[in-house]
Order: sequence, then C-alpha cells, then structure tokens
Amino acid sequence: MLDVGRHPNITLLAYSELEKVEGEAGNFTATVRRKARYVEEDKCTGCGACAKVCPTPVEDLYNEGHAKRRAIYSWFAQGIPSTHAIDPDHCRVLSGKKCGICQKKCEAGAINFAQKERVSELYVGAVIVATGYDVFDPVKMPEYRYGQIDNVVTAMEFERFLSASGPTAGHVYRPSDRKVEARIEELEKKVKKSQKVLDRFERNHEITTHEFYGAYKAGNLNPGEDLEKDQDKWAKKYEAHLENARPLKTLREKAKGFTSAKKLAFIQCAGSRDLRFYPFCSGFCCMHSIKEAIIAHEHDNDTCSVIFGMDIRAVGKGFEEYKIRGENNSNVSYKRSRVAEITKDADENPVLIYEDTKEQKVKRQTFDLVVLATACAPAKGNRKIADILKIDVDQYGFFKTDSANPLDTSRSGVFVCGCAQNPMDIPESVAQASSAAARAAQTVINKNDKKAS
Amino acid sequence: MNVKNEILYESPRIGVFVCDCGSNIAGHLDCPDVAEYARTLPDVVYAKENLYTCSEAGIGEIKKAIKEQDLNRVVVASCSPRTHQPLFSSSCAEAGLNPYLFEMVNIRDQCSWVHMGERQNATHKAKKLVRMGVAKSAGLAPLDEIESSLVRKVLVIGGGIAGLSAAQALADMKLDVILVEKTSGFGGLLQQVHRLDSGKSAKETMLTIIDDVCSRPNIVCHTQAKLKETGGYIGNYNVKIETKEGLFEEKAGCIVVATGAVPLVPQGLYGYNGKNVISLMELEKKLKKQEFSAKCVVFIQCAGARTKEKEYCSRICCMIGVKNAMLIKKKHPLTDVRILYRDMQMYGTYKEQMLWNARGMGIRFDVYNPGNPPEVKEGKLEFFQAVTGKTVSLDTDLVVLSTPLVPGNDSGSLANMLRVPTDQNGFFLEAHAKLRPLDFAADGIFVCGSGRYPATSTEARTQGIGAASRVAAILFKEKLVKSAIVADINPDSCVGCMACLSMCPCEAITYNREKQTCEVNEILCKGCGNCAATCPSHSAQLRGFKPEQLLAQIRAV
Repeated sequence: MLDVGRHPNITLLAYSELEKVEGEAGNFTATVRRKARYVEEDKCTGCGACAKVCPTPVEDLYNEGHAKRRAIYSWFAQGIPSTHAIDPDHCRVLSGKKCGICQKKCEAGAINFAQKERVSELYVGAVIVATGYDVFDPVKMPEYRYGQIDNVVTAMEFERFLSASGPTAGHVYRPSDRKVEARIEELEKKVKKSQKVLDRFERNHEITTHEFYGAYKAGNLNPGEDLEKDQDKWAKKYEAHLENARPLKTLREKAKGFTSAKKLAFIQCAGSRDLRFYPFCSGFCCMHSIKEAIIAHEHDNDTCSVIFGMDIRAVGKGFEEYKIRGENNSNVSYKRSRVAEITKDADENPVLIYEDTKEQKVKRQTFDLVVLATACAPAKGNRKIADILKIDVDQYGFFKTDSANPLDTSRSGVFVCGCAQNPMDIPESVAQASSAAARAAQTVINKNDKKAS
Repeated sequence: MNVKNEILYESPRIGVFVCDCGSNIAGHLDCPDVAEYARTLPDVVYAKENLYTCSEAGIGEIKKAIKEQDLNRVVVASCSPRTHQPLFSSSCAEAGLNPYLFEMVNIRDQCSWVHMGERQNATHKAKKLVRMGVAKSAGLAPLDEIESSLVRKVLVIGGGIAGLSAAQALADMKLDVILVEKTSGFGGLLQQVHRLDSGKSAKETMLTIIDDVCSRPNIVCHTQAKLKETGGYIGNYNVKIETKEGLFEEKAGCIVVATGAVPLVPQGLYGYNGKNVISLMELEKKLKKQEFSAKCVVFIQCAGARTKEKEYCSRICCMIGVKNAMLIKKKHPLTDVRILYRDMQMYGTYKEQMLWNARGMGIRFDVYNPGNPPEVKEGKLEFFQAVTGKTVSLDTDLVVLSTPLVPGNDSGSLANMLRVPTDQNGFFLEAHAKLRPLDFAADGIFVCGSGRYPATSTEARTQGIGAASRVAAILFKEKLVKSAIVADINPDSCVGCMACLSMCPCEAITYNREKQTCEVNEILCKGCGNCAATCPSHSAQLRGFKPEQLLAQIRAV
C-alpha cells in the first residue's frame, strides 16, 4: 500500500467513484466523482489530532461494529492516503449543529466544511477493474441465528478480535461477555452518581443510608426537622440506587467467571455451496478458518478449534501442509459435516447440531464461540460498474472473462482481476493483478489491441 | 561525484529538524526542548522545530537551510524512515545535497508512541536518539547511486502454456524474446490433454497460441534446446544454450522460468498396470484416440498425493477427474462413472458449478478415508462407504488414478544453474508466498506455471502474462538505478577466508582466485550487511553503515 502511495507514476483517487467511461481501447475518457472529504488532501498530514478531540462517536465499520470511531476518521490506522475524512451523516457541523472542535485543533488548517464534491475527467488508455467482493451477510441463514446468538460471529469479526490493534486487543473475548461488561460499566456510572447523592444525605444527617432506610421502612425513624424534610426524597433516591446497584452486583459476580473463548467452532460454506444463496465455492475460506484457528491457539495455547466443512479445500501452495500443521500443533480438528442448526444454552454458549458423517449420527456439541466462514459475494456495485463500463457479468454477478483470455472483459481495453472476477486467494489475486497490468500496458503500447493474447 | 560534496564532506555542518507532527509527537514530548538541545551538539550549526516537517512548508525550510546555512548534513527527527526517508533524502538532493548525507531519527514510534504519558522520559530519550543521529551523520560520506545498463531481451525457459503466454505478452510489449523448449515441440503437458475444462480441444487451443508465437518477428524460438550455463545479473544475464546446431551464447535482461511439471506415474499404487488400472494422463490419451470403453469406471483421487512423503495437494487433479468423468458420461450415458475422493477441490465459481453439473449427470461421488483406502483387485474395487457404514464392492473394468503433478527431474539442476531456491517438494520457491508469487528473491528472474505449483491451463496462462508484466516493469526503464547502500570489500586487507561468501543471501560475493580475495557484485548486493558482520578482518563494510559511523552513533548513547 505504501509503495503504491509513494509511486511517482501512480495517482491515487481515494473516496471517488467512476461515473462514466467513453471512447475505446487506447483512448478512454473516464469521469470520476470525487466525494467531499471536508478535509483538504494537500494540507492534511494524517496526524489524527482531529479524531482525538471529535465528540461524536460512530459505529466503527472497519472493526465490524465492535468499536467506536469518531465522525472525523480514517478508515484504519495504516490506510493510504492517510488523509482523514468527515462522515457527513454524523458530523455535528455538517448536520447544522454547533461544534467545529476538529477545525480548531487541526494545526495544518486542513478542515474545510465548505468542501464540495468535484468531478474529474481522466484520459486513459485502459481500465482495470479490481473492485473485490462483499462479505455475505449470514443474517439470511435463519438456522445459524446470527444476530440472535451473540457468540456466533463472522470470520471478519473474528479477524478483528485477533488483531492486536482491534477492539479486543487480540484477546478472543466473547461478545456476550463484552455486552455484560459494557452493561456493568454503564451501571457503575449510574451507581457512582447516585452514591454521591446518598453520601450527601449521610453527611448532612450523620447516619448511614442503610440505618436510615431500615428505620424509615420499619416506621421507627425519629426524624429531626431537617430529616423530616429529606426523608422521602432520601428513601426514593436509595430505592432508585438499589435498582442499579443490585443488578450490578449480580453482573459483577457473573463477570468473575468470564474467560476468553477457548472452544471454537468454525462453520465453512456459510452462504457458499448453497443453492439458496451462492452455489459456488468461495475458495479462500477453508484456509482463513485454519489460519484463524492457528492464530487463536498461538495467542492462547488452551484454545482448541473444530472446523466443520463438507470438504477442506487446502488447494494452494503449502496449504495442505499448513492444514496438517494446524492439526498436529494447534489443537485444530476437521469434521466433515454441514452444520444443520445453532442454538444456545443458558450460559450463552452456542450449541451446534450436526450429523457426524463418519458415525452416521446426529450430534450436539457446545462451544464458547462460533465463527461463520462467510461467502465471497459479488460486490453490490458490480452491476452498476458493468453498466458504466458496458461489460458483462456472469450468472453469479462477477465480471465475465473467458478462459483463453482470463483478464479480458467483454469490452476491449477493459480488464479485470482478483475477486471481482472470481473468488480467489491473495497469491492468485496478486498474480492476476500483474497480468492485468500487462494487458493494460499492451493496450496502451499498441492501440490496435489484438484479442489474441 | 559532485565536487561541492567532496569538499563539504571534510568539515560537517549539520542541520537538525525536529517534527511536532501536529500533536502526534509534540503532544507527548517537548519538541522545542529537543531542538534547543540539538543546537548544543557538536557540528550542529542549525536546528529547527517544525509543525510538520513533511509538509511543503517543512520541506521548504530544509531546502532553505541547506542553501542559507551551507548545511552539508541533514538530520530529521520525526516518524518512520520506512514511510518518510525517501521524501526527505530526495528533498535534500533537490537542494543540491547528496541524499546519502541525510540521516533520520524516529522519535514518533520510539518516543512519543511507546512512552505516551511519560513526557519527561520521552523527551530525554528523543534527545539521546537525536544525539546518536547527529553523531552518525557527522561521519556520513556522499555516495552515488549505482547504475547499470539493461538488455531489452528476455529468456523464457519452457514452451508450455505458461511460457508461451509469457512470450506472447512480452512480444506484445515490444520486448525481444528467446523461447527455449527442451522437447521437439511447444505445448507442454497440454499436448497430451484431450479437452480443456471449457470443453474446447486442448490441441486446437494450443495450436492457435503456438502459431501466433512462432509468427512473431521478435520471438526467437528454439526447440530441443537446453540451457547449459548462466552468468551475470539483472539487466545483463549471459546464457549459453545448446541446440541441435550447437552451443550459442545470448544476452538477456531478465529470465522467466516456465518449465512446468510432470504427472506422477503411479507405479505400485492400486495395482497400476497401464491397462485396466491407468493414470489420469493415460485416460486423456485414450479419450483423445477415442479408445475409451468401459461399463464401470472408477476414479481414485489423491493417488500418490497428500501422503506422508508428498504432503501437498496437487490442486488440479479433482477438476481434471471431474472434467473427464463428465466427458465419459456424456458420450457413454450407460457407463457407471464414480469418483472416490478425500476432499473435492473444486474451488471458485466455475469448478464448483462443474461439480453440481457432474452430480446432476449421475456421476457418483464417495469419500474415502486415507487410513482405509479403496482396494483394487482383478476387476473388482472395494471401498468403505462412510455415509452407509458399509463396504461396497464394484465390478469395474477401468480404474483411473488421479496422480499429482511433480517437478520434472531436471528442475533441481536448473534451479542450481540459476541459483534460485526450490521448496520441500522440489517446486520453484517464489520470493514471497502471498505478495510476490511470480518473483524469485533474485532480481530479474521470474517464475510461472506448474513449475511453481500445479496450475490449471487458465491459471498458467494468467501467471505467464503476469510474469511478463513483472519483466516489463524492469526493462521499460532506461537503465537500472539502485541504492548506493551496498557492501565493499577492501582487497588490500581481505585474506580470502570466504566467511562472507557463505553468509551472503544474494550470492553477490565471489572469490577471485587470481587475487585471492573476495569481491562484491554491486548489482546483486542488497545491502543486508551480513558480510560486514562476519568479516574477521573488517575488510567487508557496508556503505552508510561503516564501523566508524555506527561506533560514533553507539558512543553517543
């Protein structure tokens, strides 16, 4: 990424969308809409001082909603360009309220609330489509109860948990436990506040709240003039306090037993190889599940993982060896099965119901956390791009090529690589990207592009 | 070397720039204090604190100070050299200062970030680091970037689909190609194949490509030719090629290795006999010659693959098995076609669709466990069917063993000749498994096709074109320019012990028998410094990191 950002021959137009492409191979005119960032790209140094002072928390989609970012933000810390952007849906100033703290804080003077979107025209010889894919939303699979059972997460969420800079700092904490902890934090704040009020009463009347309330309820309180005035208020405050303090105590007790997730289940083909959603194989998910299981074990040696799949497709260079290494060294086991359903027990543990195909038996097994290996779905915007570029998509919604010319789309001078064409892993994508670059170079060098190569 | 630099080198005049990075650094340590401190250091004639040293204003101040203060060394104390060294050193060069007289100190990652909330300690450490940087910079010497010529000709080894695709793409980009194939004809493994997965005839597809390659004026084709010797380095390889006509020499700027792989002959597996127990490749031949006939044909996948000896999955055999099973079923609908497998490796959209279609055609798939493999004897095949829990016995008149691709027996010697590595299975080993799949660690040599790892014809073609792109990125430049940070070996003090030679990961050091000393090839050297650390007589030294420069830095701690 850094190399691309620094390359003298590469102009990066981030936060921009293609609107129109006219012309022909060797001679295209592309219209690009450059969205307003409200931050001047030539001034912003990416120092991040603005995001530290912004008062508006926003759900952080980079962390799959498991953390908060601010209304002024960069998508993630090492993003290129490091130029920040203001999210107009959440920024106070852009929604007509008072704020502007970031503008005051920015020493580079880069914040510009009046910035407008711009339209650029680019003159190019060839176009490469490398728009990637979308992650399948497992809410569509009712049997796995994603969104209903907290401890069923997607592979992408799990990646964020494993990241040292992610929302759990690399520890695999269970979302249900984190919810409880968030609730505890919330109650603690309330209890602290109400305790202060109670403290004031205690100071004024020189008895403890406990003694006061006992006597008040028993009706043998002998109030002086001051207490007479305060007694009902004090009692009400105490009752309100208890309403928070009691559940807080229970939750604290419960939280004592929380540990990180040790028994993990990975369910392959969530949305892939499934005629309800995507009939195809997403290609890379078997490997990322094995990788995630191995990393979780590296982080905590007590972790053990079961990977449930119809086939384990470890088809790349060194992949089968990696799979075996997971089994031998990292407590990973592989079970040939398509999990039928996930339910949960009283402790928020997901329970898997599946057929063990070796023993021909339906089994139930309880885990701490379940990770869904979600399908590589064609990007939602593919059809729009296809219309703009006048290129074909295949029956699934990926950009169409033919096997003899694996980088060429249906329009001369427009090429495609990576998961925009077909689900594939990193080395394959990189190799394809190089090839697409060669095809584009050929087009530019020789405007009379021949379809032959 | 620039005369001005030569003179300036004598007496250092150092300028220090301390970056606030807004509040990223200045928020956690006292930048003005660090700049103030820098002013007191020996040879420092100018020190300045900037809000952002990397901004246009900051760069402008560096350039201005170089001219006005007659600076001959610049030290910037800011962020990571990984991201910003190129910007600062090139800015120095723009102001007329040799870029190798620039030194960078990382007070963001190493001070403000790791010591957040400890302002005093962070400031103290930043001062120390600046003192070290200044001490090193005083001893820096101006260096000139290394330049080398480029021969705009490419040697492609192997005339299969990968090599042919690479040659085509290179020729399309107006580069000259020498295509060397060891057998008598082009086409590689696909020559033996009946039909591609797309249903097209493999022969016809290959012929179209071969005809195109042979008709190109800038591709010189050699069949029955073998690479005998290679020497030189990126941009200037010298190769000797042996053909029927004799040995000839050629020059090439880059080399593409596309030597492919061969199918394992399943000798001793499942009663292989070449008649009613045959390999997948033999089936291709049968289909091609229209000699196929059987009432019940069973494919056994992973024959000789994914074993203790050969752990790897050969990637393409499942697809080839399914492809042929479908061809058979289509032409002989009454033939019972079965596939026994461990995992069906039908990755991606197209192959998985083949699997759905194959099932729809009535081809039967059964899992077998490698611990309890199928047994083949005298026209019968027995296997344990896991889903029913029963052993199934079939009268089969043809068993097809899907064997993996293995490296050709001469790939090891080729690897040695090119000085490139192979992996534990004998396939060529790329520079980085994820990010540089087509590069070797050695500059100027690339790999594509099944020689790297089994690949389908489409994948091999993609990789061939991709390798061409990697070559073009080098040969499109006017000349090769590389960093001056390379090792030198002083011939006067070198005793020729060759300790450095074994430490060099780039094979950049050779032993000169006549002079009895070791010598560094500047183009091959990547500046790792292993030789300098190893040399017992300190004859090997790394430019920009010489002992006196590093010692000055250490002594300043």
